[in-house]
Amino acid sequence: MSILRKTLTTAALAAALIANGAQAETKRIALVVKALGIGFFEAAAKGAEEAAKELGDVEIIYTGPTDTTAEGQIEVINALIAQRVDAIAISANDRDALVPALKKAMDRGITVISWDSGVAPEGRLMHLNPSSNPLIGNMIIKLAADHLPDGGDVAVLSASATATNQNTWIEEMTKVKGNYPGINVVATVYGDDLADKSYREAQGLMQSYPNLRAIIAPTSVGIVAAAQAVEDAGKVGQVNVTGLGLPSEMAGHVKAGSSQSFAIWNPIDLGYSATMIAYNLATGAAKAEAGGAIPMGRMGSVTLDEAREGAMADPFVYDASNVDDFASIF
Amino acid sequence: MTTPAPRHIPDRQGRAMSRLVLRWEVLLAVVALAIFVVNSLASPWFLDPWNLSDATFNFTEKALIGFAMALLIIAGEIDLSVASILALASTAMGVAMTLGAGTPVLVLTGLAVGLACGAVNGALVIGLGLPSIVATIGTMSLYRGISFIVLGDQAFTGYPEGFAWFGQGYVWWVISVELCLFALAAIVFAVLLHRTGFGRAVFAVGLNPVAALFSGIRVGRVRFILFLMTGLMSGLAAVCLTSRLGSTRPSIATGWELEVVTMVVLGGISITGGAGSIPGVVLAALVMGLVTFGFGLLNVPGIVMSIFIGLMLIGVIALPRLWSRRR
Repeated sequence: MSILRKTLTTAALAAALIANGAQAETKRIALVVKALGIGFFEAAAKGAEEAAKELGDVEIIYTGPTDTTAEGQIEVINALIAQRVDAIAISANDRDALVPALKKAMDRGITVISWDSGVAPEGRLMHLNPSSNPLIGNMIIKLAADHLPDGGDVAVLSASATATNQNTWIEEMTKVKGNYPGINVVATVYGDDLADKSYREAQGLMQSYPNLRAIIAPTSVGIVAAAQAVEDAGKVGQVNVTGLGLPSEMAGHVKAGSSQSFAIWNPIDLGYSATMIAYNLATGAAKAEAGGAIPMGRMGSVTLDEAREGAMADPFVYDASNVDDFASIF
Repeated sequence: MTTPAPRHIPDRQGRAMSRLVLRWEVLLAVVALAIFVVNSLASPWFLDPWNLSDATFNFTEKALIGFAMALLIIAGEIDLSVASILALASTAMGVAMTLGAGTPVLVLTGLAVGLACGAVNGALVIGLGLPSIVATIGTMSLYRGISFIVLGDQAFTGYPEGFAWFGQGYVWWVISVELCLFALAAIVFAVLLHRTGFGRAVFAVGLNPVAALFSGIRVGRVRFILFLMTGLMSGLAAVCLTSRLGSTRPSIATGWELEVVTMVVLGGISITGGAGSIPGVVLAALVMGLVTFGFGLLNVPGIVMSIFIGLMLIGVIALPRLWSRRR
């Protein structure tokens, strides 16, 4: 007991010293994540530290509950309010349940923004989406076109026919199809986000369209299944699989050659941008207004819509040159 | 002829035991005080009335359930479905809200659903004779499952303005409504357990149900009432938490059953039944709340708090054993 107490006291004193030192004029920005110990968020924290280093007078408090509950995040928010941090940038476990706690934070003069997973508009100044539907729709067809300089037949392997996200992205893709002459979208099939069904649908596509040059799968389940199907059919080099996927699941297929490149958001950029925005709002350098723009360092600036939401950037492209670095992250 | 001296039959546990319980509470109070002092040294923000007031929300709702759970565990039973009862009661309030119910009806709905869930648990354990741990693990899935069926990935929001009073309101200065409910419940349960015949019966049932039965205590009825009370208090916690969050999702209060049991055991309630006190649970709630808030102020990762609470819990169970072995 005495050892424990001694350790506690030492830790407490050290913390007190740190706290006093930091009180000077540095802006304390809390990056609150869904839960600690998740690779994606650890990477976001790395980005936040990068932004802090660039800004100079910023201290990052990287924190979150042990499991992804709204109640746990509220305890964290209460502790942050008590410390009078300057800003809270949160990836929310619950869109609505955090609103009263975050409102209280704003009442006490704390700048609150959400990123990645949003909070209802009354609980934050603005929300940063990693990307937007038009940007994603454009990216998935661009990825296919980049490796088909002479054009060719491509097909879409989606999740279920009723999946809102995928349908929106495919719709946005269709809108910009004209910008990629020679690219011919021959079919859209649905793998229902099931590995085996997606695999069979990909096989079916290759049999029905012998001239197929690319499969676009805007779903992390579909893209892996399609890459596997291409490898098993011995069509590596002939059919390129692309779309949205996770680096950890896709690294092997990029190495095998069945996928030249794919895209998804970059968590480092996301943490970096959230920190930049929180800093600019907390210092009064920018305002979160509908239609306004907020600078975010090397990532350019974000423009807000009516709901004070904005998109950070195009999805980040992963290929043989960088997929291994990110495979260990998420 | 000498008449034998009248045999002294103690109306309470032996004195050694009561001394031990007393010691345990003193120890807890010392720990709470130590944590308080360390925290105020460690963080310049700890000794602020509003911050301390915010910190009480970390334990008030759990403690409301904990008081009833303490009685249930003393009587030799347990209810692991409390967090799921909370979720179902909250969902029912959400449904009532969409049907246009005002604040009083919402509160009654929450309490009534809690009571009904407690009655189902009681019927399974007392009526069908199932072990309470098994029966309530079953209803734990059942109640939350119903919540998931009703809501799916949706949420109920837009509770009426007045409803926010329970979880976000203040009675006077920094004294929140929830803190008052906590204090009131502590007094009611302390009196019930330590000053009434019913409380005596609860201890008797937990120590030896057969002996209790033969001494005229209606063991089944006592247990059934305790399940009802636990359900009702879970319903009350549902009112508070729903009001504080301003919304309902089926994942509300996930994992709280274990936190409540932890609080109760940390408070010196014997997990095997028959011993414990309400002041112990109050102190345990304070200790857990202060530790969580203090570590939060220092931005210590949550897992360290869990380890700390875990160590305290092991200490709680080990210390009395070591103590009695020494004697």
